[in-house]
Amino acid sequence: MTTTTQAPADNGVNVEALLGVRNTLPDSPEIARFQWRSTTSWVHGTHSRSDVETFYGFSDEQKHHTSFSFDVDHPEQFAAQDTSITPVEYVLVALGGCLTAGVAAVAQQRQIQLRSVVATLTAEMDLHGILGADPDIRNGFSGVNVSYQIDAEATPEEIRALVAQSQKRSAVYDILTNPTNVTVDVA
Amino acid sequence: MPRTTTVVIGAGHSGLAMSRHLADRSIDHVVLERGEVASSWRTKRWNSLRLLTPNWMTRLPGYAYRGDDPDGYLTAPQVANLIGDYAKQSAAPVLTGTAVAAVRPAADGYVVRTDQGTWEAPTVVLASGACTLPVVPASAADVPRELTCLTADEYRNPAALPDPGVLVVGASSSGVQIAEELQRSGRAVTLAVGEHVRLPRTYRDRDILWWMDASGLLDEPYDEVDDLVRVRNLPSMQLAGTPGRTVDLNALQGLGVRLVGRLAGIRDGVAQFAGSLPNVCALADLKMARLLDAIDVWALSAGMDDGDVQRFSPTHLPEPAPLSIDLRSREIGTIVWATGMRPDWSWVDAPVLDRKGRLVHHGGVTESPGLYAMGLPFLRRRKSSLIDGAAADAADLSAHLAAHLAGRAGPRRWTA
Repeated sequence: MTTTTQAPADNGVNVEALLGVRNTLPDSPEIARFQWRSTTSWVHGTHSRSDVETFYGFSDEQKHHTSFSFDVDHPEQFAAQDTSITPVEYVLVALGGCLTAGVAAVAQQRQIQLRSVVATLTAEMDLHGILGADPDIRNGFSGVNVSYQIDAEATPEEIRALVAQSQKRSAVYDILTNPTNVTVDVA
Repeated sequence: MPRTTTVVIGAGHSGLAMSRHLADRSIDHVVLERGEVASSWRTKRWNSLRLLTPNWMTRLPGYAYRGDDPDGYLTAPQVANLIGDYAKQSAAPVLTGTAVAAVRPAADGYVVRTDQGTWEAPTVVLASGACTLPVVPASAADVPRELTCLTADEYRNPAALPDPGVLVVGASSSGVQIAEELQRSGRAVTLAVGEHVRLPRTYRDRDILWWMDASGLLDEPYDEVDDLVRVRNLPSMQLAGTPGRTVDLNALQGLGVRLVGRLAGIRDGVAQFAGSLPNVCALADLKMARLLDAIDVWALSAGMDDGDVQRFSPTHLPEPAPLSIDLRSREIGTIVWATGMRPDWSWVDAPVLDRKGRLVHHGGVTESPGLYAMGLPFLRRRKSSLIDGAAADAADLSAHLAAHLAGRAGPRRWTA
């Protein structure tokens, strides 16, 4: 055990609200049905723009407080304009964001004060796949590594348990580690 | 229509423990059993299976092990005989060959319809067991036809399986034991591993269950755990009933068992496995370390600290674990579904089931006055799922039942 503080841990996560939602689920399971949305428009070349504003959940239409816009492109090394990051890098952004939110929430629930949390993400990929140069190589990542550096008022074991529990409850971790049915149609 | 005060459904250890307490309270009752006493132990166990708890832990109300092998583990026929002897010794009013078709609330308690007639009683105890029906994932429907599939309760021995390799799905108690036996028999076994509970059989020269019992961990009450949903759904412990024999994932890999992640699905004959194997192993290692920490703290406080603290190596992980196996390649000839068991409440016609058909209860007391349950995971305490948990649960619930009969339990109104 390192140091312990008398003040309750505050990582800025309202776990009471989250637990409140969980407690209402047995009586109204339908509020848990969510739909996430984004709209992607081609700009030019490999540059496109994705807008995200609305979603559905808690039995109603919901809205972010504003519309968020994300550019997607490829780097100059791919003969592109590099106006923004690549789609696969967004996957790393999503995984890092999801796991780190989980670390903060689990730490809050376990009354562990965080001081700093830094995740370094790397993903290995073999271009033979997307270039169609070798049918034995998949398009996507061959592996993903997330390395956490966490400074918190907790033992190393407790910190490892935070990170393990965050993976257990992470949507993006699940999306990456399990297959998902994907349908793409043309209207 | 025959009447009694309490109908107990199921003559396994739970039902018989309750019967013993009811008899001690002079509460008139019958125990209805669809087969013979301890039916599942006679018909639904593989040949080599032994009880996971040591003999000294096989305690029931008015019964304790007095044989010469307190640290041994009973075979399934021995467990069946023990429960049968217990029923005789207790003179339990068991009606065998009596299958319950429906339990329904009536004006004055319950109507219990069976294939041998209908009973009326103000109180009913559901003791038909937590492990009645195998749970098989939906992807079982996508297994190529040429493969042989069986559930853990259908498995008997390696010789009964066709020749090629075996995919065992599930790494809880049944899965790890079946995987080990098949690998030792010379088959190539692949084990699909989701969340699991890793335990050493022996810790600091004593059975791990001795420590859990002595330290009070097994007595932890249901209303003091912080997440009851989680603990009631924990997978069974990775244990086998052999002295000193640990069946964790390191031991299995030492025998040559190949590990893959949780079975995520089967598409076009290809089994796909989750990439979460490292984390489910990390979770199990961390959880085991926390348990051993708690045991060490207790040992110190109990003056048992002989300085012999043990720690076990982390689960060794294959690098990288395969993410898919083509089931049409004939590499795998058999799939064993060791993916859990669940209770059967299809005959419970009372407003005590949730939207997923699970029994809603508070420590074995349902919202339907006079209707009780026994023998479910963490029913009233951590050991409720063990034979050793039945005595305390039956004592508590028979007291509640007697108070209900005396009109002292107060109205527990059913609220939708």
